[in-house]
Amino acid sequence: MYVMIREVENSLRKLKYIKEEGRKVTIEAIKEIGKPTTDPSARVDRFLEYFTIGPQGMDPAGIVYKLDHILDVRDERMKDEVKLMAPASDEVQVNNLENTLEAAMALNFIYKVIRHYYIQGKKTLSLYVIMQIQMILPMVMKEAEAYASALKAFAYGQPIGDGAGPLIAAKLMHGYEIRKLHKDCVMATVPFAGRTALVIKAEGPGGNVGKPGDAVETVIEENEGKIAMVVMIDAGLKLEGENVGEVADGIGAAIGGPGVDQYKIEEKLTKYKIPNMAVIIKEDIGDAVSPMRKEINDAIDNAIERVRNVVMERTKEGDKIIIVGVGNSIGVGQ
Amino acid sequence: MSNKDQTAASTKKISNYITMIVAIVMALAIIALLLAGSLYYNGTTATGSTQSGDYGAAAVLAIIGLIALTMAGVTLYQSRRQVAEMKIEIPKVKTTIGCTNTGCANKTVREFQRGDYVYKELDTPCEKCGGKQMVTAIYKEVKEKEKTYAV
Repeated sequence: MYVMIREVENSLRKLKYIKEEGRKVTIEAIKEIGKPTTDPSARVDRFLEYFTIGPQGMDPAGIVYKLDHILDVRDERMKDEVKLMAPASDEVQVNNLENTLEAAMALNFIYKVIRHYYIQGKKTLSLYVIMQIQMILPMVMKEAEAYASALKAFAYGQPIGDGAGPLIAAKLMHGYEIRKLHKDCVMATVPFAGRTALVIKAEGPGGNVGKPGDAVETVIEENEGKIAMVVMIDAGLKLEGENVGEVADGIGAAIGGPGVDQYKIEEKLTKYKIPNMAVIIKEDIGDAVSPMRKEINDAIDNAIERVRNVVMERTKEGDKIIIVGVGNSIGVGQ
Repeated sequence: MSNKDQTAASTKKISNYITMIVAIVMALAIIALLLAGSLYYNGTTATGSTQSGDYGAAAVLAIIGLIALTMAGVTLYQSRRQVAEMKIEIPKVKTTIGCTNTGCANKTVREFQRGDYVYKELDTPCEKCGGKQMVTAIYKEVKEKEKTYAV
């Protein structure tokens, strides 16, 4: 038990350092970009303690839209706070700073949870309390280190591994007329393998995942459901032993997050009986939130080729298809 | 310096408590080694009585001194390693710039600069053809440290 406590203690010390560094990086970024007139430290500290209460699930009917509303309010509140903290920042910078703050919030939360179990374990001298935290510690540390390296990427506006989907969409839509969609998404009509592709991604280059669920809903309704296929491209978590940048395809809505967008897309696709294909670029959690690795960037052409194969095998020439690049558009224009 | 900054700085330092213990153990170990040397060469004990080389006692003191010195060294090394591990590595990110002219395949790679983003059009013209340039990729190169498992 002593060995376990020592191990947790050492990791906790490291987490504390990472958390403090995260706070420091965030404050420096706000000062540098936002040019605030007063010291933003107190406001940042308050922000790090923000919480979101999920909707009540006793009567699950309509829970998705309740969660959607809560997430909208949270997003709006966060953006407003960032604007107050960094008044000189433009929209792209507000998005980047918001992402930086969210990474700092995640680090703060991880530290506090591990500290909670550590103190509880020492107080109760319970082997099981310490053991359960010690067992998951390697994964927790990996995630914390990933968020730590994400901080600078967000502050500088560098593309991250999660941006593989938007990067592919950007490559397809670049040079074509871009149209804004609700919310924080963009779309372009692009000729693709003899078909008409309606390519959707979150608006970049600010840190933003948009609401692809709403965007896909809108585009399907605009076309009265006459869509031959929806292909979703996203970064997918790899298993140990798999290579970073491996491309795989399958079926289903390839989208993470709280599930609201996935629900909306699945609802619409079921209504119009539209087949849904998915292409993923494999990476681990660390790669997903840190600056994009060369292997992921190099996999973009391979993924586009895979999308082309999927589309050519399952649709006819002249069909209309939707291609969605899912993920964070930070550092990726269009 | 605010309280939070002070705690961050203190987390990076080796604990004073550990440093003090290591210093004491090291000092005792050195004394033990000196005594061992003295016993071996002069046969003089700590009480001052002269003998004709107490090899047994010298060997015991030397072993104790060496073990204590090694343990103190290992503790110090581990503490330093822990402090070194507490660094957040900032990867070097590169920006690839390409010419937008279809006939010109000029590409340059430079360090990432704040404000760069993929598909950003740059003001500096292409060195080869004078055409417009654009950021085509931003990435980091990772030297894989991971072990490979042949399974």
